[in-house]
Amino acid sequence: MRTGSAPTLAVVTDRPEPVRIRPRSFHRRDAATVAGCAAASLALTWLAYSQILPFRGLPGFLLLWASFNFLIYYVAVRETQGRVVARDRTMASIISVVAIAIVIPLILILGYVTLKGLRFLRLAFFSTTMASVGPESPSTQTGGLQAIVGTVEQVGIAMVISVPLGILTAVYLNEVKGRIVRPTRIFVDAMSGVPSIVAGLFIYTVLVANGAGFSGFAAALALSILMLPTVTRTCEVVLRLVPDGLREASLAMGAPEWRTTWGVILPTARTGILTAMILGVARVVGETAPLIMTAFGSATLNTNPFSGPQAALSLSSFQLFGSSQTADVERAWVFAFVLLTLVLILFVVARLQGERRRS
Amino acid sequence: MVQTQDRQDEALGDATAPATLGAHDVHAWFGDHHVLGGITLAMPANSITALIGPSGCGKSTFLRILNRMHELVPDASLAGAIDLNGRDIYGSDVRATDVRRRIGMVFQKPNPFPAMTVAGNVLSGLKLCGMKTDNPDGVVEHCLERAGLWNEVKNRLDQPGGALSGGQQQRLCIARSLAVEPQVLLMDEPCSALDPTSTLRIEETMHDLVKTITIVIVTHNMQQAARISDRCAFFNVDEGSPGGIVEIGPTETIFTNPTDPRTADYVQGRFG
Repeated sequence: MRTGSAPTLAVVTDRPEPVRIRPRSFHRRDAATVAGCAAASLALTWLAYSQILPFRGLPGFLLLWASFNFLIYYVAVRETQGRVVARDRTMASIISVVAIAIVIPLILILGYVTLKGLRFLRLAFFSTTMASVGPESPSTQTGGLQAIVGTVEQVGIAMVISVPLGILTAVYLNEVKGRIVRPTRIFVDAMSGVPSIVAGLFIYTVLVANGAGFSGFAAALALSILMLPTVTRTCEVVLRLVPDGLREASLAMGAPEWRTTWGVILPTARTGILTAMILGVARVVGETAPLIMTAFGSATLNTNPFSGPQAALSLSSFQLFGSSQTADVERAWVFAFVLLTLVLILFVVARLQGERRRS
Repeated sequence: MVQTQDRQDEALGDATAPATLGAHDVHAWFGDHHVLGGITLAMPANSITALIGPSGCGKSTFLRILNRMHELVPDASLAGAIDLNGRDIYGSDVRATDVRRRIGMVFQKPNPFPAMTVAGNVLSGLKLCGMKTDNPDGVVEHCLERAGLWNEVKNRLDQPGGALSGGQQQRLCIARSLAVEPQVLLMDEPCSALDPTSTLRIEETMHDLVKTITIVIVTHNMQQAARISDRCAFFNVDEGSPGGIVEIGPTETIFTNPTDPRTADYVQGRFG
């Protein structure tokens, strides 16, 4: 018997469909307004620039165009939709244009390097060295193996040195909270301001010129000086994000502080610490100045980081740019492109890690 | 009982005996701020003692003094003595970690370790205290059983602790505290972040637990104090002076026939 059951919700059909309001919607007409204003201001700018004003040059033209555009857009929207909407839309468009203007140089750099580097990049780049490249060789014949091995070894050793040190320092700053927290923090901050050339000079004076000679290890030491503050500061921020409740919960069970840090705090911050490592690597992988005085550079493959000059992607790129040969300059772009791709991959991995942490 | 460890903290006496906790003329300061003055309170074994009173009167500070968590705050200091079955827990031969292992604590906000599973959370105390067990599964089941959570999570032991509901998380935290086999459990407003049903489950859990351990609970919920506690201590604070105890007594007396008019006003909801 279903007739006697609870009343069902009947669909009311005799009422008209309510009119929906979407205060923030953007219609075809609005898009047309934007396009129309852009065209009108372009024409006005052209008129002012070529006929009236005594200026020349692209930056001024773009600036004037943007200014005219905002003015015309404001007036046009005000006429059709009122003052409040006009102000909102104009501010939104100003912010959008500024945001785009900031991204443009980045895209230009990426695009230019890709364009120049990709033209001469061949698969052999990853398996041959520069030793087989003669003065008459075409630009497509470029060997990068020695530089890739060098970069991987130098950055790898720098990581092995500075990641544990950075994590320990962050633990000191955030967990141990000893007497010299303030000096340590100031010192780490100051260290992040050390110019990379100074780090290179330091290792050169202390190690290389003292008889140790050029080596990948010397380069790794210079790089770890630069990497340490980045890793430390990032780790510190990550550790600070671990809720105090977890520390207290662990200590309240009778755990010593070192076990609390090792067993609770660090595992909780695991992905963040991984991000810190990747950011540290990305910070130094493109460094060139300190390598000039430590790794020195090489055309041949040297897999031993502890003796003899070693190449690196950034260093090879720099040295090839200085050549008088056109082919060498073109090769420099290939190295630059590979390096840029490497940094990009590292940052994407770091960002993905960070997002997984949040979810 | 699951045997989990060899205790080395003889200075605190028999680790399995019913524990009576005593506070004698306890004062507390944060820097120069005198927050607690002259607390003397006995917390008998196998009973629930409730600490009630308005916010800021030092109940939580007192609770944290009872298991030496107070000293973790920079600038914090204290005076007076706390004894566990007659042994001074602030004695020079006593380690703070041993005190905290015997006097566990459950916090206001459920705080399971997010990097660990449900089972991992229960066992975390053993791991963090460097204690060994030859039967981890047994410890997990036993502790979750005692915390009244076993039936709800027995098929989800591998899930992260944060995946449980708020009330389940709090019972998981209780189970975690129980794994190191404390003699006393301190609870700092354990239900204030929970819904009434979860609160009821925790109260039932406490009712079962008190047969084997001593419980001290801070609560702002008068009905809760009246429902669960055997004894009540009413804390109060006056402007410009440290917090102190106004009245101590059996819960029934405190709620039905208090001697101090301020206690009567507070338990009847006229202030606080």
